[in-house]
Amino acid sequence: MSDHLTQQILDLDELLIHQFKENKELISAFDIPKVSALREKHIKDFVEKGFPDSSQENWRFTEVESILDQSFIHDLQPLLSNNNIEELFRCEVHNFDTEIISLLNGWYQGDDGSMHTSPEGVVYGSLRTAMKTYPELVDKYYGEIAHCMNNSFVSLNTAMVQDGVFIYVPDGVTFSKTLQIIKIIDRNENVFIQNRNLIILGRNSQLNLMHCDDSINHSTSLVNTVTEIFVGENAHFELYKLQNLNDMSGLINSTFIKQEANSTIKTNTLTFNCGMIRNNIEVALDGNGAHADVFGLYLMDKKQHVDNQIRILHNQPHCTSNELFKGILDDEASAVFNGYIYVARDAQKTNAYQNNNNIQLKPHATIHTMPFLEIYADDVKCSHGATIGQLDQEAMFYLRSRGISKANARLLLLYAFSADIIKHISIEALKTRIDDMVKKRLRGELSICEKCVLHCGSPEKEYHFEIDMSKI
Amino acid sequence: MLLNIKNLHVSIDGKEIIRGLNLGVNKGEVHAIMGPNGTGKSTLAAAITGRDGYDVTEGEIWFKGKNIIELSAEERANEGIFLSFQYPVEIPGVSMTNFLRTALNAQREYHGKPPVPAGEFLKMMEEKKNLVEIHSKLANRSVNEGFSGGEKKKNEIFQMAMLQPTLAILDETDSGLDIDALKVVAKGVNQLRSDENAFVIITHYQRLLDYIVPDFVHVLFDGKIVKTGGKNLALELEERGYEWIKEQHLA
Repeated sequence: MSDHLTQQILDLDELLIHQFKENKELISAFDIPKVSALREKHIKDFVEKGFPDSSQENWRFTEVESILDQSFIHDLQPLLSNNNIEELFRCEVHNFDTEIISLLNGWYQGDDGSMHTSPEGVVYGSLRTAMKTYPELVDKYYGEIAHCMNNSFVSLNTAMVQDGVFIYVPDGVTFSKTLQIIKIIDRNENVFIQNRNLIILGRNSQLNLMHCDDSINHSTSLVNTVTEIFVGENAHFELYKLQNLNDMSGLINSTFIKQEANSTIKTNTLTFNCGMIRNNIEVALDGNGAHADVFGLYLMDKKQHVDNQIRILHNQPHCTSNELFKGILDDEASAVFNGYIYVARDAQKTNAYQNNNNIQLKPHATIHTMPFLEIYADDVKCSHGATIGQLDQEAMFYLRSRGISKANARLLLLYAFSADIIKHISIEALKTRIDDMVKKRLRGELSICEKCVLHCGSPEKEYHFEIDMSKI
Repeated sequence: MLLNIKNLHVSIDGKEIIRGLNLGVNKGEVHAIMGPNGTGKSTLAAAITGRDGYDVTEGEIWFKGKNIIELSAEERANEGIFLSFQYPVEIPGVSMTNFLRTALNAQREYHGKPPVPAGEFLKMMEEKKNLVEIHSKLANRSVNEGFSGGEKKKNEIFQMAMLQPTLAILDETDSGLDIDALKVVAKGVNQLRSDENAFVIITHYQRLLDYIVPDFVHVLFDGKIVKTGGKNLALELEERGYEWIKEQHLA
């Protein structure tokens, strides 16, 4: 059995296809029939298409080839880690009541073959266990909204994925804590990881989820995550994605959300560090009166690259969406924002707002921002805007003329720019923590490899900002 | 002498705007600088406060016995120079509280003092707000964001009261103000006047000088001070305009 791909002769896609064919039984060992059938369908698709490349319109500004050009190990079984797992995943966010789900190198930790049930009745555990304990739910929802349009990474994921997180919030249940998925890569070899998450919220339910992608060493990792989220009628869902991987690593994150009538969601994608990140977020407003807030903040430097592909589908009337992404690009970093809004023919009274603002700190930083609206209804309000600017020199002088140093004036302005996104974090303790992280990141002090993103620095030590930002 | 400007030449993008200006200001004095548009009044303010892009090609600016030409804008501010902007800048996301506390602490650090305690700072804010009759809650508002024209100018004087400069330059503070706001601003300035500080008031019109009475009035023309007089010169300019000055100067 070959679960390591270290050969250099074949390209990565060919190796993966080969690995799939050789190890089909192992890969699908925990499957329900639907999942196996989807594998077959999607491997065909992947064989046909291979990895995307920058000749494709949707990948034009994201040169994914360079990362794929490296050799990777694609594990088919979890490896035992030498590190203390509890230490790795210890959450040190103060006053932040979370239930932690941990994945190490893509494998669910502590999977004992049963699901956890919170006192309120929220069920969570590994996807492979869910297929055994909740086969009817997995069968009903799995693969229903994830699609591989312009993104064969989803095909590859559907074909080869073996683990991930399953969360089920039954009707009427509110999870009082925040559920936190911490994904850590700790591997001394280049590793390619597939993860699959399935999240189901019943009617009138509520869930706050935090999803942290971190790497703790300096090896190259490539993570390909597909998350499907079903938000039932009148349910409320919040998703905070923290992305903090090392400069060599790549992250392909495809999130599909389907909303029923009068449901509300809020997603906040906070990208602090990573060599190459592609966030595909698709929100389908499939029920009357649903609302989606889709926010994002990216702070990139060196040669990092972030690509946010956002698709908001107004399929039903009376839905509203509010999309705001802001980014600061330093050095030779690059960013892509592609905001697509679709309004179906019958989706009257749609109100969709989209905005993307960027600050380009250095002349070699690049930003491609593309709003794209496709509207088939006539009674709609849609607005969009995109800006790319430098630091406001008038404001800089104003601050400096009051005695504030150039460095601090710059920080104040960059922080103020970011605060627009931070203020939308509704979990107070998390907001404070993110606030600190942004300040650290802007000062170039956020270390990417000190364990998980939430452990950054020493939380016991009170963090002192050069400018006193503390509220008084 | 608090401020002593000698033979100042200032260029913007290679174009000379100030051409050999001399000005001396002592503590306790109020100087008005008047003149037609485009003669270099705002350029002078920018050059004194150290704005980037205003190149001093010749001459010296002495402040408290120090030539400040080489100092950065923030160093000059911390030395005690304040500029009330003609167009105060809106800075969304930066609260007035954070802004002023940062500024005040920067100044204190510059002078080797510890940061201002939070309670003391808040008390000071309340006290100084009253000086310019700002009634709204400033603390959580972003700097100048959504402020009316009058509020912005009051906010400048409020900041001045907080930072207690030795030299305050008021650049067209009267522009865009209605008479009531003008009176409030003038009242604030008059209360801040002392034997230990000085004011340079840049204005196009005599109106503000009815309320802030200057000791000296200078006329700036063609990048130089071409005439200096007492407060009556402002009245004369109001009556006769600037044409006669131009003619005199060009003759």
